[in-house]
Amino acid sequence: MRLTKTLLATTALTVAAGASATAQDMADSMTLVSWGGAYQDSQQKAYVEPYLAANPGVSVTWDESSAEAVAKLRAMTEAGNVTWDLVDAVASDAMRLCDEGLAMELDHDEVLAAAPDGTDASDDFGDLIVSDCFVPQIVYSTTFGYRTDMVPEGVDAPDSICDVFDLETYPGKRSLQKRPIDNMEWALYCDGVAKDELYDVLSTDEGVDRALAKLDTIKDQVVWWSAGAETPQLLADGEVFIGSTYNGRLFSAIAEQDQPIGMMWDLQSFDLDGWIVPAGLPEDRLARVLDFLKFATDTQRLADQAAYISYGPARDSSAPLVGKHAELGIDMAPHMPTDPANATNVHIYDYEWWADNRDDLDAKFQAWLAQ
Amino acid sequence: MSDTTDTGPVLAADGTPLKRSLRRALRAQKIRALALIAPLLIFVLVAFIAPIADMLFRSVENQIVGNTVPMTVEELRDWDGEAVPDEQVFRAMYFDLFLAAEAKEHTKLGSRLNYEESGVSSLFRTTGRDVDDMGEVFQDAFEEISSDFEEAQVWYDMMSGGDGVEGNERLLSNQVGRLEQLETETYSGDVGFVPGSAISDILPNTARAYSAFAAFTHFVDEDVVAEEEPWEAVYAALALDLEDPGTAAALANYDGPGADLLRQAAATDMPKVDMKSAFIESNKDWNRIEYWKVIKTYSPPYTTGYFLNAVDMEKTAEGIALRDEDERIYGILFKRTMFMSMVITCSCIALGYPVAWILANLPARTANLLMILVLLPFWTSLLVRTSAWKIMLQQQGVINDTLVWLGLVADESRLVMINNQFGTIVAMTHILLPFMILPMYSVMQTIPPSYLRAAKSLGATNWTAFWRVYFPQSVPGIGAGSILVFILAIGYYITPEIVGGTTGTFISNRIAYHISTSLNWGLAAALGSILLAVVLILYWAYDKIVGIDNVKLGG
Repeated sequence: MRLTKTLLATTALTVAAGASATAQDMADSMTLVSWGGAYQDSQQKAYVEPYLAANPGVSVTWDESSAEAVAKLRAMTEAGNVTWDLVDAVASDAMRLCDEGLAMELDHDEVLAAAPDGTDASDDFGDLIVSDCFVPQIVYSTTFGYRTDMVPEGVDAPDSICDVFDLETYPGKRSLQKRPIDNMEWALYCDGVAKDELYDVLSTDEGVDRALAKLDTIKDQVVWWSAGAETPQLLADGEVFIGSTYNGRLFSAIAEQDQPIGMMWDLQSFDLDGWIVPAGLPEDRLARVLDFLKFATDTQRLADQAAYISYGPARDSSAPLVGKHAELGIDMAPHMPTDPANATNVHIYDYEWWADNRDDLDAKFQAWLAQ
Repeated sequence: MSDTTDTGPVLAADGTPLKRSLRRALRAQKIRALALIAPLLIFVLVAFIAPIADMLFRSVENQIVGNTVPMTVEELRDWDGEAVPDEQVFRAMYFDLFLAAEAKEHTKLGSRLNYEESGVSSLFRTTGRDVDDMGEVFQDAFEEISSDFEEAQVWYDMMSGGDGVEGNERLLSNQVGRLEQLETETYSGDVGFVPGSAISDILPNTARAYSAFAAFTHFVDEDVVAEEEPWEAVYAALALDLEDPGTAAALANYDGPGADLLRQAAATDMPKVDMKSAFIESNKDWNRIEYWKVIKTYSPPYTTGYFLNAVDMEKTAEGIALRDEDERIYGILFKRTMFMSMVITCSCIALGYPVAWILANLPARTANLLMILVLLPFWTSLLVRTSAWKIMLQQQGVINDTLVWLGLVADESRLVMINNQFGTIVAMTHILLPFMILPMYSVMQTIPPSYLRAAKSLGATNWTAFWRVYFPQSVPGIGAGSILVFILAIGYYITPEIVGGTTGTFISNRIAYHISTSLNWGLAAALGSILLAVVLILYWAYDKIVGIDNVKLGG
């Protein structure tokens, strides 16, 4: 009896010692980098607050620098003073950071939690792990919103991507992002190129000319945007009839601000956003970040995030757990880009292809814009 | 008349020659002055000049190619560019790429060369993943012959040639030096391994590959060389060495550690080393001559490529040529930036001059009150001011609404005043106006009103009195304001980005893009250097024409 007691006590002591040792090995503060705004709020509520509640004594600082993450991280690394612990980046930036050796390569099955049914993380995220450095959080899409009150009389509301290029049926200004990605693909698709041949065509000079020629037909009706907030504002002001932006921005304009705006999901362009860990973090900070990362990207946390913003969780296992909006109480599923009703015709942009051709096409696109 | 006829030096009170004493006093004064400005000078040097110089240096720096794939660069020196390079070059590329992939530096090179030729990025990324597999073929073959080839210690003994033999220090230090360049670090200390001289004569490729592996294992992985199984590339190198018929003969007389093992391997049929096929199988683009040309063209440590790119030109195999018409953009942007900055400066003068004149001629109390109005925009965020112009100028904006309400403009034909040059000029004129008014005001304040009264009393009309008497005295203020506004305008990028649309953007928008999005810092530095040079030339021209002495920022 006494022996058992002693044994138990020793075990308890060892366990306690082990636990406190790991907690001691972790830094007690983290700097997270994100985009600010509603998106960062959703991260704060869905993962950071629960994590801090479970780990009192840890503090989190936000840096709203994701838009310049690639350049800033490069500058920090060159200066040998990386102050960031975890950076939120879109997939193409994550690839670039990985290529530049600025982000750490991760073994997804080892550092991330498995799904509740035991599926490995790498299977749960599936194809969305587009780079070894990248831990996806959400699927968002670049898609179109239009002014419902500006649809000409006797005409149906736009329901095809090619309506954007149809100035006769749908006169009025359009807003498009000031970059070749997505726009070139939409233009080619509406010029009659099959979806699975888009990149083959775009790889040729004639294909690029063809896409630009298609864009030329609406060029003088286009307002070019560079910040995601611009299109919702332009739509709210009635400056444009239809415009592309991130689906979450349109959701908040429609659901939260009651603007007369409709969604046009046809050939929405899927994109990913997720975390990267900067390369070369000291051990204690890395331990803390990996601990947080495992928590923040588990099935429940990703599903929770969808209660604050209409972006689809990146895990397959999170989809069934998506519930209602935290404040409005509306069902979130129909507003997700991944909802089957919305995702009848989607475009998944080719990261590898764009990583190769971005510089070249951007030069051509900008020259075309400037002419 | 003094009667001193002494021609000796004039002496100071303490007896030293006056000249020397004066010089000493002056020097002390200079040192004191220097000491006083030293904090600022050092601050400016460290925080401003040095980073800018470092950044501008990137516009010519190109060491990454030579540092990452040095052997390939060497092999390509004699390549004529007529056909896809031969096996020799591919082998060099294999060993270069293997080490670079271990150090995770190959993708950086890919991104660098992708600026010049689309597709190089994925070429390096995909093949960097495959280099392990290419060598594994040979690793498997050797381990098939004898399981001793799996043993780290066997390899270590074999390559070091045993205890007490002469070591090939030079080979090792070459590999350490190469690793230093690759990782941009300096390494010192003992690797814990020296390749034997005899074995490195017999197996040159293997000794080199193993030395590279040893240096990397010791310095980067911080492991013990003798305990680590060598890289796949080392097996490939051994296969390559054994292909040479001379090797078997040389091995016959060798009696160092592992000699039997090597003889056994030399007598066995090995898969043939065909890196060219292996590379092309990994990515068929290795068969594209353009990619090899770009590696060769950009192999020197310094390049004019970024500057050529910044003036819409490019390096081709045939020399320097203008880019295709559909890729020329920087010429347009430089011209536009200059033109619009001048328009903005002129409109600032036109709007600012009367304001400064009124301010200078009002009683101090009223002038101070009005001055607050001039300064007020300074206290508002730049973004807020720019966005406000958006609301004012857009088609459903305040101005258009008012015009439609007044009936001056039809509802269907609202004016387009934003997302074009007009919008940029209006918004930037407004934002930069205080920089024009303030120097003009401080100069005008010093012009005595009595001059104008005197001119008038001598019979000058109002216009003559202003134009012949007042205006010439206010020119230094205009000069100072113009320089300030013009130089600020040239470098502006937030306002043109927000209200400029496609026709109102500046060169600085492209610089910002290359700094933060495309990461092509070399090109950004080249564009920035050109912009800096243009400003300096304009400043020089201004000095020649107007005279920099005529510029006054204050009384």
